[in-house]
Order: sequence, then structure tokens, then C-alpha cells
Amino acid sequence: MSTEQNQRTALYQEHVNLNAKLVDFFGWDMPINYGSQIEEHNAVRQDAGMFDVSHMTIVDVIGEDAQAYLRKLLANDVLKLQDKGKALYSGMLNEDGGVVDDLIVYFFEETNYRLVVNSATREKDINWLNKVAEGFNVNINERDEFAMIAVQGPNAKEKAATVFSAAQKEAVAGMKPFYGVQAEDLFIATTGYTGEAGYEIIVPVGSAPGLWQQLLKAGVAPCGLGARDTLRLEAGMNLYGQDMDETVSPLAANMGWTITWEPSDRDFMGRAALEKQKAEGTQKLVGLVMTEKGVLRAGQNVRCDAGEGIITSGTFSPTLGHAIAFARVPANVGDTVEVEMRKKWVTVKVVKPSFVRNGKSVLS
Amino acid sequence: MSNIPSDLRYASTHEWVRPEGDGVFTVGITDHAQDLLGDMVFVELPDVGDAVSTGDDIVVAESVKAASDVYAPITGEIIAVNEDLDGSPELVNSDPYGDGWMFKIKADDAGEVESLMDAEGYENSLDDE
Repeated sequence: MSTEQNQRTALYQEHVNLNAKLVDFFGWDMPINYGSQIEEHNAVRQDAGMFDVSHMTIVDVIGEDAQAYLRKLLANDVLKLQDKGKALYSGMLNEDGGVVDDLIVYFFEETNYRLVVNSATREKDINWLNKVAEGFNVNINERDEFAMIAVQGPNAKEKAATVFSAAQKEAVAGMKPFYGVQAEDLFIATTGYTGEAGYEIIVPVGSAPGLWQQLLKAGVAPCGLGARDTLRLEAGMNLYGQDMDETVSPLAANMGWTITWEPSDRDFMGRAALEKQKAEGTQKLVGLVMTEKGVLRAGQNVRCDAGEGIITSGTFSPTLGHAIAFARVPANVGDTVEVEMRKKWVTVKVVKPSFVRNGKSVLS
Repeated sequence: MSNIPSDLRYASTHEWVRPEGDGVFTVGITDHAQDLLGDMVFVELPDVGDAVSTGDDIVVAESVKAASDVYAPITGEIIAVNEDLDGSPELVNSDPYGDGWMFKIKADDAGEVESLMDAEGYENSLDDE
């Protein structure tokens, strides 16, 4: 336990006013729910919900070598980003090929990018960003003056539009998924962590409570970190520290698609170790589905003919009405595995690690 | 502040016990317990006819957050379980002392209930947590 006072976001008082249940989230006082996690989850799947994600770390990378630096830093290749505002998901690997963090990078110009990294890893990330920056002409600037609100759900864009200015509405009109645009005081991005349409909005700290209140009036339900976790798991999205960390290869964490191997002479951080891991083979991350009573939970042991594994994230899926999980298992796993639940071994189905998209089951 | 009805008895493991007469007692979990657990998603109940002893784990309450055991607060026989919890486990959250009850137990010794805490004792025990 830290004896220091926890950090609070610009929206802390809003959460208190809404009777949120606040928890210590890696040194931040954050809302876990505002009453019912499941109702909040359903609001995002069926209508519109919002999350305070101001604890996440925004870092601007600016300078002559910004592009070259990010091509060294990230396993995905920012050279893919050609349209202004386009975003890319990537892992940031260490020399051993372990995952330092996962992040989203936005492209503005070849000399100007924005990263959004996790809060739990903030200090480690900043140190790593600076370390890799040695020899590159770049400035790495944390942007503490911003808060961030994610508005997600089938009606999220429509409801958010009611609080946007004419210029902001025009800026986001027709914007495709995974883009971001600065429109007056807001940076509005079509990104998210729920598998639904919506925005992640970066807003100056001073304007954040006002924006939150306006969204509330527009009928957007406040949602806590509890719902955020069940939504991202249903959507098949990893959580850093749970589904991968510095000891886990991205190849064993369903992040193979985020590694850009070509051109083969791009010597990104961790490449040599990763090539070795790829040649030797790694475990892989799969989805598990259990339709019987009970809930799959992180840390439960998994076994199958090919060997042993572990559940990295597990929950009751409010959308599907049964348990779902991610598990790291041998690459040649079959159609089922056994999970150790409360001293019993239960057979569950193996699926791709994705369960719900746009409100609907993607399980066959 | 959690709701602690004064007409019930309480176990330190957060079960409440209501006397129904003839040595029969209804049991559920307290408002404080449901609040800690969060939204309930499954409740695995014992079988009617089971003989249970004080302290036996006889119910598994699975919430979005964790799986928790619920213990028999007294010794006796299970004579009814709340089958509504099968389809509506959220009753434990919305009405922990009413529709969210879990099972009825016929006590071997109705006097055993006297050893459980009263509302004031339970409230004090929460302050100590």
C-alpha cells in the first residue's frame, strides 16, 4: 500500500456526485461502477455509455526524427500511416521481445505523432520512450493538461454530436474508424475499447467536467472500469498486465497481426528475439466459452492433450449470458480444453479470441 | 451505509437469518455482502434434503467480480431453495433481504440462532473490518 494520496482525474468530483464506487486503480481513484456493472455494460452494447479514461497517458512525439524513432520503437510500422489523423495499434517490445506496453499512435505529420499508452505502466513507459530516443532528434512530451472521455455504443456518435460545435461536427463527419482529428478544443478519435462505434475525446482538464455533464444530459450513461473490462474482453481486446506483459511474447498474446515484418531491414526493438521466438514456436492466445453455470476467471489452470495453459482474462459475458475467457495455451490446442474450477476439471470450448462485435455474438 | 434490518440475526460471514416459526429459518446474504460482491451472475444452491452443519460452504455466489462461498449459519436440513435465483440472480442485489433469499433451513436446535449476532453486533463487526 502506498501512503501517498491517490491521483484523481479532472472528473473525480463528477464520479462522487454520481455515487460511483471508487477503487484504487494503480494509484488512481477510479470508478469501478455507478451501481450496476451489468447495466452499464448493456448501455454500451445497446445505446451509449461513457468512461473517464483520463488516467491514461498521452505522449506527443515531435521532431525531425519522429518517424524514424517510432519505426525503431514499435513492432507495428508507422510508415503505414499516410493519412493525417490515422491511428495504429502497436506493441512496444523490449530487447527480449516481451511487451513493454500496447498503445495507439496517431499520425499528424512525419515529425508529429501522438501516443496513448496505459496508466499502470506510465513511469516505465516514459523511461523506455526516453531510452529508445537516444540518438534520435525527438521531443517526448507528456500531456498532463488533458483529460480523456470515451463515448461508446451504437448511439454514441449521435448523442456526442449533440454536444459538439458546428466545427466539431463538420470535422468528424464521415470520419472512418481509427482516425483522430483536432477540432477546436477537442481531439476527437474514432477509437475505443468496447467493440462498439464511438469516440475517444481528449479534452483540456478545465473543460472536462463541463463536457461530462453535457454528455450526461444528452443521455450518455456513465460507466465504470468494471464494464470497460467485460466490454473489452467480449470484443476480444487485450488488457496489458493481464493478457501480456514483459515476460510474454506478442506472438503468444494474439498480437501477431500487429507486428510488421516487412521490410525485413527495419530493425525495430525486439525484432531479433521475436524472429527467434517465431522460428521456435510459441504458445497462443485463444478464446474459451463455457455455457454451463459458473464463471471462468483469470489465473485458472488449463490443460489439454498438447500440454498446459492458463486463463489470462475471464468473466461472465453480459451480452452472451455465459462465461468467456482468454487463455494462453499450446499452439496445437484442439477444439476443447479442461479448466480447473474450484477443484474440478471442466471441459470448455476453444474459439477465436473474440466474442461480440457491434452488439452481436461472433461465435458460430 | 448498508441496510441492516433489526429483526434478523447475522453470521460473521455475512449471512442473515430470519425465523419463520417451527424451527424454520430463511437465509440470505446481507446488503453489505451483495454490495461488496457486485452484480450477481450465478447462484449455485444446495439440494433440498441436504443435511448441513454450521460453517459448511453450501452456496456458491458468483458475481461479476468473484466466486464466493455462502456458509450454513446453523445446523439442520435444507427444506427449500429459492429457484427464482436460477433465472434472476440479480434479486440478490436488488432485494437481498426479500426476493433474494437463498434457502430455508430446519434447525436441529432452534436455540443455535441465539448465538448469532443481532443487527447492532453485525453493524459493529462491519466497522471493525
